[in-house]
Amino acid sequence: MNGWFAALAILIPLAASAVTLLAHARPKAQTALSLGFAALLLADAVLLMGAVWRDGMVVVQASAWDAPFGITLAVDTLGAVMTLIAAITGLACLVYATAEIAEEHRRAFFHPLSHVLLAGVCGSFVTGDLFNLYVWFEVLLIASFGLLVIGGTKAQTDGAVKYVALNLVATSLFLFSVGLIYGLTGTLNMADLARVVPRVENTGVLNAAAMMLMAAFGMKAAVFPLFFWLPAAYHTPLVSVSAVFAGLLTKVGVYALMRVVTLIFTHDPAWIHGVLLWTAGLTMVTGVLGAAAQNEWRRILSFHIVSQIGYMIMGLAIGTKLALVGAVFYLVHHIVVKANLFLIAGVAQRLAGSMELKRSGGLYAAAPWLAMLFFIPAFSLAGFPPLSGFWAKFILIKAALDERGWWIAAAALVTGLLTIYSMTKIWGEAFWKPHPDGAITVTTAPRAMTVPIAVLAACTIVIGLFAQPFLAVAERAAAELGDPAAYAAAVLGALP
Amino acid sequence: MEPALAILVGILVAVAVWLMLSRNFVRLLLGFAMLGNGVNLSIFVAGRLSREAPPLVVEGEVVLGAAAANALPQALVLTAIVIGFGLLSFALVLAWKAHERLGTVRTDEMRVAEPERTP
Repeated sequence: MNGWFAALAILIPLAASAVTLLAHARPKAQTALSLGFAALLLADAVLLMGAVWRDGMVVVQASAWDAPFGITLAVDTLGAVMTLIAAITGLACLVYATAEIAEEHRRAFFHPLSHVLLAGVCGSFVTGDLFNLYVWFEVLLIASFGLLVIGGTKAQTDGAVKYVALNLVATSLFLFSVGLIYGLTGTLNMADLARVVPRVENTGVLNAAAMMLMAAFGMKAAVFPLFFWLPAAYHTPLVSVSAVFAGLLTKVGVYALMRVVTLIFTHDPAWIHGVLLWTAGLTMVTGVLGAAAQNEWRRILSFHIVSQIGYMIMGLAIGTKLALVGAVFYLVHHIVVKANLFLIAGVAQRLAGSMELKRSGGLYAAAPWLAMLFFIPAFSLAGFPPLSGFWAKFILIKAALDERGWWIAAAALVTGLLTIYSMTKIWGEAFWKPHPDGAITVTTAPRAMTVPIAVLAACTIVIGLFAQPFLAVAERAAAELGDPAAYAAAVLGALP
Repeated sequence: MEPALAILVGILVAVAVWLMLSRNFVRLLLGFAMLGNGVNLSIFVAGRLSREAPPLVVEGEVVLGAAAANALPQALVLTAIVIGFGLLSFALVLAWKAHERLGTVRTDEMRVAEPERTP
């Protein structure tokens, strides 16, 4: 039974895309089906999380081909948590989209593409096979291409060219290293790789493959110096699309990095973790400095995605149990907060007429409720106690200090400080400053927009105030990440 | 046979990198197509080449003979070709649309999404 929950995390969104495509000529039915299937995915993700929490890792051997010969789905705590959070974000953004998208956007296959994207994201989280991971990456990539250009403005075309170009390079690198790893080991099952890779004698080629794989995932995760496609593209599409992208896509890259670094490339930790640590520090600092130079809602937030990715990579690079707990906790907190901030940016644009901070203002006087809803994720992002971001940053910095990583801890603290600067800039410009064109007349937004924002903000508060259960989940996920032998044993069974 | 193909992969990748360094988006896409071929060939070579027998189980046997070709890389390459084709066709349409809407396919002239700061 548990196995079905894992398989359904892929099958539900795939079925949803097919069904919404069939209902393409009936707008109301299509929207209802789309939301229904997104809710179904959420229910399945909850059940999957429950199953993993209760019974340990869920492993499915497709068509009863035993690992490592068939395609394996393997869901540990981290995979289940990520699937759950992806389903929450997906549902929230689809609800928001019902109020945002116009008929022409719907006709450009918004709903089917969104569900294909979710299938790709969930597929990446539940698979236990490196080539299968590549396939899910491509599924979400091609869906994201389609979603990015819905609307067809000049800016979108421009952003899409850069997004597409860099992602094509990343894809090729990923495939190249898959080929090299297969040539070295003869297997692509991740659990089998965990056993075989430490025994590979030709470590030169292995490290080359590891570097290419990390570069490919790093490009998807938007780490320094491979992040330029993100701020070039993420401020151009529909708000609900950019919120899904901001919440989920880069995090799939981070998840993949965590998976391969902790499970497969355990042969030379000093070197790989050293590279990651430098990357993390530079990603944090360049991202936050880039944000400081911007004056548009979504461009500021885009640069902050880059900077926040640095924190997660930092946890992975330090690699102790506490650091991994911090990285997992950060991942969960960040997806909720970042998707929410993009949705709020959309409402702010609707009320104030622009996302350019110069041509915006007066939101606090016109819509104090929006100011409150912005306050929660924005200051959680900056790491104010008692919001969720505080605990995430606290754990990571404590882990860094435990390992005497003074400079990375300092970089993390400075980045947190500069994040406050960006958030107060948005606060001051968009909320406090009077609007340049006089008072705002529209002061309410459709409920389909405000409800998802309020729910996500409530998640942030709950994670912050009742951190203990979330920490327990993160601790278990981190413990599993730190024990690749157990992962291999769960997938391969009693294989020698 | 493997060394010769490995060198061919190297040449394909070198040409692809040279094309992809261009500021012209269409040249970049040609480079991507070339790179895709190089990568697919490398997966194929990674599975070790043998041309003695097709990977079919002889009647009466239950396993493949020792000389049979490795079927897995063929399946992987087939998947990768299909995916690469899909990506490339999307990207080509995008290049056409960029030419239509922005009037250029040179990436350094595309400054709509990220306008240069006017002092």
